[in-house]
Amino acid sequence: MTDAYIVGVDMIKFGRFPEKTVPQIGAQAALMALDDCGLSIQHMQALYCGNLGQASGMVGQRLLQEIGQTGMPVVNVANACATGATAFREAWASVKAGLYDVVLAVGVEQMGKGLLGGGGAKTGIPKEGLIGSGTMPAVFAEAGMEHARHYGTTFEQFAKVSVKNHHHSTLNPKAMYQIETPLDEVMNAEMISYPNTKLMCSVNVDGSAAAVICSEKKARELGLMDRAIKVRASVLASDPWQERDLVMPDVNSCTQKAAKEAYEMAGLGPEDIDLIELHDCFATAEILHYGNLGICKQEDAGRMIDEGEVALGGRIPVNVSGGLLSKGHPLGATGIANIYEVSTHLRNEAGSRQVEGAKIGLTHVIGLGSACAIHVLERAS
Amino acid sequence: MSNQPLPAVPYLKIPEGAEPYLEGQKCGQCGSTFLGERSVCSKCGARDQMSPVTLPNSGKLYSYSIVYRSFPGIEVPYISAIVDLDDGTAIKGNLINVEADPEHIEFDMPVDVVYADALGRKDADGNSYLSFFFQPKA
Repeated sequence: MTDAYIVGVDMIKFGRFPEKTVPQIGAQAALMALDDCGLSIQHMQALYCGNLGQASGMVGQRLLQEIGQTGMPVVNVANACATGATAFREAWASVKAGLYDVVLAVGVEQMGKGLLGGGGAKTGIPKEGLIGSGTMPAVFAEAGMEHARHYGTTFEQFAKVSVKNHHHSTLNPKAMYQIETPLDEVMNAEMISYPNTKLMCSVNVDGSAAAVICSEKKARELGLMDRAIKVRASVLASDPWQERDLVMPDVNSCTQKAAKEAYEMAGLGPEDIDLIELHDCFATAEILHYGNLGICKQEDAGRMIDEGEVALGGRIPVNVSGGLLSKGHPLGATGIANIYEVSTHLRNEAGSRQVEGAKIGLTHVIGLGSACAIHVLERAS
Repeated sequence: MSNQPLPAVPYLKIPEGAEPYLEGQKCGQCGSTFLGERSVCSKCGARDQMSPVTLPNSGKLYSYSIVYRSFPGIEVPYISAIVDLDDGTAIKGNLINVEADPEHIEFDMPVDVVYADALGRKDADGNSYLSFFFQPKA
């Protein structure tokens, strides 16, 4: 099988664009990714388009109506917050399989503001606040408190994740916010669902990100290897059976499974990874994944944040983009935006937030329900 | 409109002339228990091995969150709790009769399952509902 490379990748600055349509927002990133490698829509042999909010709305085809209807096959993908990464992975798989030489993957979302999850009942009575909470801040708070019960992780340690990621975002011009948030400000912000305060919840934003994926042969033909990023591993997992699945969505076992398979596929281990973009949809979520991804023992996750090992300049920087907490979390775009961030570091083009000497990076997203997608990326030259 | 309250969730059973209870399904092959109806075990894949079991009315607090921001019309704060019942079945619900403060909530605290009106909520036809709650064991 051929190796597959990212030759073009980009994202728009995340924000709120109520005046635009979903395909228009997606088209922006698609054109930027094409420009990044100097190819045109006519070069693309297929489009894999990730979007959640209009999953039945043929977003990919409508996107091509904005930028070029060549008649290429279009696959529209929805997989909760793993939507973008899943679209990327389908694109990667088509190249790996030899079906196409060069394809486009796009992730796009238009969100609006507000609380996600725990929607109203269609029959009977509303269950929210009666049978516990189905809101996302509460669900991820419960997952964080599970970590607290096993390993003694504290409210302050969870809050430090937000301090770190908000700090990182001050160095990222494409982040929704670039605002420092000291620890006392994070801890004293409005409590949404203990232990997640408002500053410990990701930002609902509109956004898009896109990547052009190419076979090795085609990338060499086109002279695009200089800035190419090799996809060393692409893994998707669903949540294997766990005893509390029906009442407590499991983001841990699918991450552990995907990480193990990704390291095997890439032929390396967590000690070889130079930076990570992981799914910090809530501050409580980030800490779970240090252990799940194997960069420390589960019981050492709190220490990792206390000692700055996961901050820019630390042993293994996590979410130097600002993460979902500050860069923003447009559900369908997030997976490819993470791939853009890691690729940018591997190309040594990340400016003031550059992880020095980064050669190998890992991206991770979770779609609650659950889906976990992990990619291991390496600079090609 | 029914004179008797309806169950807030399908796994809450209200037998005539007897106490309400929570019902699970137990797999005859691997022994796993589940909330709600099913015919195939999602742990071992066994088909048609499920039989109903009455779930115990006591357990221990596994995890929780104190919810301060919810949807319009939902009274806050409340404690959203994950409880492991004594037979190992995990269930989610509101933890009541304890202060909504982490200082007063301990992991593994023993709780009872109690049955009460569903916070006054009625459906479009005006029916009342019976729900279940967790409270610290007396």
